[in-house]
Amino acid sequence: MNYKSESAIRIIDTAILIRRVEERIATEYQNLQMRCPVHLSIGQEFISSIFSAVYIEGDTALSTHRAHAHYLAMSGNLNRMIAEIFGKSTGCSRGRGGSMHLVDLEVGFLGSSAIVGNSIPVGVGVALSHKINRNGRVCFVFLGDGAIEEGVFYESANFAAIHKIPVVFMCENNFYSVYTNLQPRQPKGRIISDLVSAIGIKSKKVESKDPIRVLNEIEKLVEHSRSGLGPVFIEIETYRYIEHCGPNPDDDLNYRPESEIKTWRESDFVESLEIFAKANNIDLDYIRELENSILNRIEEAFTEAKNAPFPTLVDTLNDVYAGARNE
Amino acid sequence: MNNQINFAGEILRATKNEMKKDPKSIVMGLGVTDPKGVFGTTLGLVEDFGSERVIETPTSENAMTGVGVGLAISGHRTILVHQRLDFFLLAMDQLVNSAAKWHYMYGGQMSVPLTIRLIMGRGWGQGPTHSQNLHAWFAHIPGLKVLMPAFTEDVYPMLCAAINDPNPVIFLEDRWLHGQYGNTKNQKSNIIFEFGKARLVRSGKDVTIISSGYGSILSLNAAKYLANHNIDAELIDLRSIRPVDLNSIVESVAKTGRVLVVDSGHEFSGFASEIVKLIVTYAFSSLKSAPEVIAARDVPEPTSHGVIGEFKYDAFEIAQKAFQLMGRLTPPDCKNFLKPLLSDVPDGNFKGPF
Repeated sequence: MNYKSESAIRIIDTAILIRRVEERIATEYQNLQMRCPVHLSIGQEFISSIFSAVYIEGDTALSTHRAHAHYLAMSGNLNRMIAEIFGKSTGCSRGRGGSMHLVDLEVGFLGSSAIVGNSIPVGVGVALSHKINRNGRVCFVFLGDGAIEEGVFYESANFAAIHKIPVVFMCENNFYSVYTNLQPRQPKGRIISDLVSAIGIKSKKVESKDPIRVLNEIEKLVEHSRSGLGPVFIEIETYRYIEHCGPNPDDDLNYRPESEIKTWRESDFVESLEIFAKANNIDLDYIRELENSILNRIEEAFTEAKNAPFPTLVDTLNDVYAGARNE
Repeated sequence: MNNQINFAGEILRATKNEMKKDPKSIVMGLGVTDPKGVFGTTLGLVEDFGSERVIETPTSENAMTGVGVGLAISGHRTILVHQRLDFFLLAMDQLVNSAAKWHYMYGGQMSVPLTIRLIMGRGWGQGPTHSQNLHAWFAHIPGLKVLMPAFTEDVYPMLCAAINDPNPVIFLEDRWLHGQYGNTKNQKSNIIFEFGKARLVRSGKDVTIISSGYGSILSLNAAKYLANHNIDAELIDLRSIRPVDLNSIVESVAKTGRVLVVDSGHEFSGFASEIVKLIVTYAFSSLKSAPEVIAARDVPEPTSHGVIGEFKYDAFEIAQKAFQLMGRLTPPDCKNFLKPLLSDVPDGNFKGPF
């Protein structure tokens, strides 16, 4: 198998995994066993799928409140993520973090934050460590259009630019901060990547919907950062299909224009994967088998999570301080 | 005096020593490489360790704290330096939501060896936004440790302990103490400071004074005067604000039955209230009278040097409260002894401008 089709397979695997996991969470949420806020990525799988074919071992990533897709794209442990959302002691954060605080150190996924913009400087610090260690690794920092409105983004971007820190800002612009469109939040005509460019960071708005083309563009940008030339900023427009937080559609609230929803739905990436597969000589049987094996994996993860024990009170009272118990 | 090192020098000595010991450790802050080196506390570091480990930062308190967390979880002990505590308020998100919680929130998998040095201004017209003592804010947050040295001989072991700790530690320095010399000349270099251990500055049987930071220096002056008037005050310098030395507090109150808590933070909802609460909970039956508090007024600090002496408490007000606790009148000469003529400078040599 050549490099190109290997990447294509990785992209397909990730896209389907994210979509099916999120769908299952949405379905199960009504059973009221996942009692924490969930911010699902249904509709936003594209960039995470590309990311899954870009990062290399030793790279690190940090994310936002909407972290499931990024975590799964980096091969974060599925069972431990589901257990975390169920609040179980077997969860990736031992039931202390929930959906918004995912972590898997084995794959370099160092955390996700519920506070908009909060993980950005932490990612810059991690990337600074990569630079100091001269290990040729980068830290991917996922953020959204809302984080661009936080002061800490500018502070972090400025510092990263000064020190040529190997951080890759992955900006998913889904146009909405909860129910509020960009229009009252940012000036008309603003192109986020142009703004970031003015800070002194190599920035690009990825416009193509062709996965391999986008993969190539992003790989080139990541290579820029990896080779020590400094941070890069990648903006990509995307769209969530269901509510900001929770498992349900919310377009009955009419905060998004119907035409906008329709346009995005019609170009759904996961639903067009067969075309992508064909173009890359990937057998459609592969997708069918993949769907089955993913559903099995999800089934297993949910069963395991439901059967796992909750943390004990004693356990939750520990670890306030490192190196000491119950201080 | 000349062959001794003052408070600021002890900070520099501890920083240098720890940076030598751990080649991955990093110092960051606005001014850490400038010609004044943050009141002399970072002078020469960049020459010794290079600009990759001694990082001059932009004026970005919040992001730099987050960068510190990122470095710390990647295995770099990091020391962040701020010339005034008040500027650091811009970093509350990274302090409270990241630094304090990273270890706990992700199931105890990562630790955050981060030391945050905050200098607290005093006098010389520092005014409402350059003089705040907000240790109570930091002490309120589980996951943070808070230290406030008063005596020069404590600075080195306390800062070394902070840097070596695997948790975020807020290290509070009273600006006026930077020039203070102490009994450091014959001090052993291997003293290990234990978090939550107060210093018994003076033993006494009549009244317990509990204080920290510059307040301990004022309290010591007050205690000396009290001794000349047959009041034997016991003085506890807490050093560690969180964790706090409950045993020393309870033992002392059990002995004296009278207690005065001196605190540089505002009185309402403040750190002194917490100490009084501990005393009432754990030493109630020992009390001969209600615990007393001297804390900062519940008013922002005004700038004018014409009024600051009257506005702030000094050793005089501490002694006055102790006489009250003992049911005695304050001697008429007390104010002359304990209220400085100039309340906006630590000593006659201080000429500002900070």
